[in-house]
Amino acid sequence: MNIEPKSQTTKPHAASSRAAHAPAGTSSAFTKHVQDKAPSAHAPAGTPSSSTKHVPTKTAQVVLALLRKELLVELRTLESVPGMSLFAVSTFVVFHFALHRSAVDGDLAAGVLWVTLLFAAMLGVNRLFVADAEQGGFDGFLLAPVDRSAMLLAKVCALLAYLVVLELVAVPAFALLLLGPSLGQALPGLVGVIALADVGIAVIGTLIAALAVRTRARDLLGPLLALPLLVPVVIGGARASSPLLAAGHAGGPGGRWLALLALYDLVFGLIAYAVFDFLLED
Amino acid sequence: MRVPSSSVPSLRTLSIATVVAMGVAFGLVFFYAPIELEEGFLQKIFYLHVPLAIVSLCGFVSGGLMAIAHLRTRDSRWDLRSYVTIHMSLIFGVAVLLTGSIWARGSWGHWWVWSEPTLVSYLIVFLLYATYQPLRFAIEDPERQARYASVFAIVAGAFVPLNFLAVRLSTSYLHPRVLGGSSNLPGPMRLTFLVSLAAIALLFVTLCSYELTAKRTRIMLKSRSRILGYR
Repeated sequence: MNIEPKSQTTKPHAASSRAAHAPAGTSSAFTKHVQDKAPSAHAPAGTPSSSTKHVPTKTAQVVLALLRKELLVELRTLESVPGMSLFAVSTFVVFHFALHRSAVDGDLAAGVLWVTLLFAAMLGVNRLFVADAEQGGFDGFLLAPVDRSAMLLAKVCALLAYLVVLELVAVPAFALLLLGPSLGQALPGLVGVIALADVGIAVIGTLIAALAVRTRARDLLGPLLALPLLVPVVIGGARASSPLLAAGHAGGPGGRWLALLALYDLVFGLIAYAVFDFLLED
Repeated sequence: MRVPSSSVPSLRTLSIATVVAMGVAFGLVFFYAPIELEEGFLQKIFYLHVPLAIVSLCGFVSGGLMAIAHLRTRDSRWDLRSYVTIHMSLIFGVAVLLTGSIWARGSWGHWWVWSEPTLVSYLIVFLLYATYQPLRFAIEDPERQARYASVFAIVAGAFVPLNFLAVRLSTSYLHPRVLGGSSNLPGPMRLTFLVSLAAIALLFVTLCSYELTAKRTRIMLKSRSRILGYR
């Protein structure tokens, strides 16, 4: 609601950024309309140099505003993060009984940790766009004359924040409930591996959530699409953390697994940036 | 949309070429290619399995490229091509997994081996693309259906090489790798392999054009009958 007065003052920048991202017929007509009107109203105020300087800050502002909204909604409803964390802890209990072990280490520990984190992340992914689809968030965003990639960036950051909170609960719980060797020595390496994997999970999760949310079977399709796509993240994450979690701390995370995770983040980050706009038309 | 007049002759030529190529390829496989010393007669499934896998993977990736063309041009024909290519690759994929499984059973005694990275990567890719149709047909609006399917096809097409890299890295080389490509094959085997590859590729193209023609004809029929006022 309070976007309206802001968009009045920033129309020239908004029009230029929108022109680059407006493939559909109706929105380009709208852009033309704005461009026709804008110079007469703002020509003395906005010189070309100042407008080029303002475009990046504008997108950053939009991302920050969207991220703030996202975190505020989560903070007020508490729909995703508590559920994800609780799910992770319950899964450790299930693993204790399913594996019939009181402590795990090495490969097994890495597998248990990554399967749990992945499935807990799926819960957050499934909820990520539901409010936007059901309560007109998409429409509101599309009406605002802003860069559409801002939504991708904001949602990725939001999901990343959820994942970090999830891991702040799940990793200590894992160390307490199931992990045989102590976590202290492994912690710096593990934080690095988890951070790299989280970026990949957040990017793919956001893309898949946006893809699945407006289909008939979204709760089914989200995990179905995301699990095969996230297999490389599981490979990289589990292989990199299994020496860290081994008894006697068998060594650091292998460089090639970190490289694999970084490559995955880079490739799918670029692809998500390229294709996300097409999910937001109409 | 002028389908019948322009593509029926090419369909006929394609079909004849495919039948001839398949005949030549099977002739070479059974009567020309030497029996491999270690694996014996079973190794001949290589001439079916590997070309099927290569062709279907190329089909998956080119489905992604066609999806890029669809998103760039907004031409729904590219979406139809992308859909048909991925659909056909999925059918070939079933054959790849079946032949790979038979081969694994014959040479290692198990129906499934996790130590063969190519087969494992293929399974992951197959599982991913198996969700293409559920995704597509869970969206009612045809325009959005085409757009979302294209986005999926692009993401999945980029996933194919990355997934192969990841799985190959993760596999320890316990078993000797039979499936090393055509680079170190002796002459007659390489010739047979290349002819089989060409034949399977032709088969793929022919089946795709049949499906495309059928789909276009159905679309045309629908629009004509709508004009005439049926239904």
